[in-house]
Amino acid sequence: MLEINNLHATVDGAEILKGIDLTIRAGEVHAIMGPNGSGKSTLSYVLAGRDGYEVTEGSVTFNGKDLLEMPTEERAGEGVFLAFQYPVEIPGVPNTTFLKEAVNAVRKYRGEPELDAMEFVKHLRAKAKELGMNPEFLKRAVNAGFSGGEKKRNEMLQMAMLEPSLCLLDETDSGLDIDALKAVSEAINAMRSPERAMLVITHYQRLLTYVVPDHVHVLSKGRIVRSGGPELAQELEEKGYGESIEAA
Amino acid sequence: MAASVETIEQVKSLGERYKYGWSTDLEMETAPKGLNEDIIRFISAKKDEPEWMLEWRLKAFRHWLTMPEPGWAKVGFPPIDYQDVYYYAAPKQTEKPKSLDEVDPKLLETYEKLGIPLKEQEMLAGVAVDAVFDSVSVATTFKKKLEEVGVIFCSISEAVQNHPELVRKYLGSVVPYADNKHACLNAAVFTDGSFVYIPEGVRCPMELSTYFRINAENTGQFERTLIIADKGSYVSYLEGCTAPQRDENQLHAAVVELVALEDAEIKYSTVQNWFPGDEEGKGGIYNFVTKRGLCEGARSKISWTQVETGSAITWKYPSCILKGDNSVGEFYSIAITNNLQQADTGTKMIHLGKNTSSRIISKGISAGRSNQTYRGLVRMGGKAENARNYTQCDSLLIGERCGAHTVPYIESKNRSAKVEHEATTSRISEDQLFYCTQRGIGEEEAVALVVNGFCREVLQQLPMEFAVEAQKLVGISLEGSVG
Repeated sequence: MLEINNLHATVDGAEILKGIDLTIRAGEVHAIMGPNGSGKSTLSYVLAGRDGYEVTEGSVTFNGKDLLEMPTEERAGEGVFLAFQYPVEIPGVPNTTFLKEAVNAVRKYRGEPELDAMEFVKHLRAKAKELGMNPEFLKRAVNAGFSGGEKKRNEMLQMAMLEPSLCLLDETDSGLDIDALKAVSEAINAMRSPERAMLVITHYQRLLTYVVPDHVHVLSKGRIVRSGGPELAQELEEKGYGESIEAA
Repeated sequence: MAASVETIEQVKSLGERYKYGWSTDLEMETAPKGLNEDIIRFISAKKDEPEWMLEWRLKAFRHWLTMPEPGWAKVGFPPIDYQDVYYYAAPKQTEKPKSLDEVDPKLLETYEKLGIPLKEQEMLAGVAVDAVFDSVSVATTFKKKLEEVGVIFCSISEAVQNHPELVRKYLGSVVPYADNKHACLNAAVFTDGSFVYIPEGVRCPMELSTYFRINAENTGQFERTLIIADKGSYVSYLEGCTAPQRDENQLHAAVVELVALEDAEIKYSTVQNWFPGDEEGKGGIYNFVTKRGLCEGARSKISWTQVETGSAITWKYPSCILKGDNSVGEFYSIAITNNLQQADTGTKMIHLGKNTSSRIISKGISAGRSNQTYRGLVRMGGKAENARNYTQCDSLLIGERCGAHTVPYIESKNRSAKVEHEATTSRISEDQLFYCTQRGIGEEEAVALVVNGFCREVLQQLPMEFAVEAQKLVGISLEGSVG
């Protein structure tokens, strides 16, 4: 599904990614771990197509298409979803309106008919309920005044509604208490399917005890320095990143 | 808000930014270009006006000659050559139409193109429309239904003929002819506009609406609207405006006067989409408008809501004089400027009575190389015991080359009065746009979405159909402002 070859990227002229190679197949969950400043978030922004993140070398193919050629919204249309580490507030725009606009934009891109308002709201309410979200949140402005946990749940709601094929989860566990972490993990697990791939970016092992990955990679200074199975996450938790990084 | 997406596409498919930029080919009757007493006599004669009306016009004209141009607004433009303007232009018609069936079908087509099919509106109970085409009111729909409850809704020319006592009493009572240069010009040469009278205790059964359009070239439009809400009555009035795309600047100097007697309420909403000029600032309407409401009676209320997206230059301050005790004034405004548009707009809340209160919510959005100023006066008179004002003034900037300025004037002569003013200036952030585009929403739709969110408090004040229209306009007006 996703093939990253020798990816180099710069931000403000500084090279952050220095040759990433990674292949993710449909149905797989990959975790990327690493210390601060290793390039984890940069990787997710480059894949999603954020302005200011410049690819200087390498290629990314998504379902056979050149991902890097596409503008951000087309990548979303193709099925790339980024759950933000810091979800953005959009004052005055109700959550429902935002989601409807997004879902219909993506459906349109895929050549599917737009959902009518009633159908949409019904679907949305059901998804919100599954996530244990208070329906009041649907009326409130996007992320405005939400707590950290509420914002992350809202990301999960958007993910569930947009039904992407590739989920990039950027430190979705950060700032969550244990109950919220469990709820968010359940939401992620509910989305796992043979047609869908996930790239879980995290600092800590704790999310990975709930969302068990198929593969774990350690990112350091813009390169993947170690890869392994779920047991690697456990090892990192016990020994820290030092050893892996030095070994590289 | 899928509407914004739809509209943007619609406009793209039209291949131009301003979708009302066409003109209608009609045989016109015009007065000679220029301005002098003969022209004013000509207009007055055309309208078969009584002597007192002509005298008032001439008095205004003579005063106008002595008045300087108002120079305090933050707008720039070359001096206006008042002799190069037509002051009277009307679709040629031998006799006044008695019903819509007699109106030139081309005219009706024009309005249909603008999205206001008068015939349909007459049939489907909804909004009563008075349509002003260049200088003359061409059709007032729903007359019968309104007559049943005693509401008078007609062109001001008709009102001069049929309700002279009301016109004489109230015309110029809120905006005197000598008020300012533009209003004074209007008093001298106004050619048409709407007149509304709501009798005591009547809640107007439908939204009343005027649609203005400047069609002819080099024509000024000087309409004058007068609305009187008698004791305990209520009316909601909508005003929409468009003009064809022309290279020359066209002058629009309108006057709107509102009078609310005891316990009456007037809600006045405007969506102004005059041609704003092209990307290089060529052409566009000079929108120099004086709008003022008088809360004459106790517990009366006047509420102005405006969405200003058009015009090359906007100079407009819909105001309230809160004379009656416990009267309420409101001003809700969205002003959007793009390219080289200039807007200097705001309000005046003049508190005279006790326990009067006013609320000002202004949302300014500047894009391109445009410049925008909020200018607002809140005055608490010596007898305005316990008067209250709340002002919130937010500016949103898109891009690096536009400007937003906030100029509040606060004067208080009463120690018990309270005035609150809050102001913010922000930018559409790259974060917000990325968040939207990552969810599949295109960049221009994302801007429209964020801006509509920013304006929400004001959009909510608009009547339903108008709110939808306004949301679309927000998207269209900002096209090309990012990327």
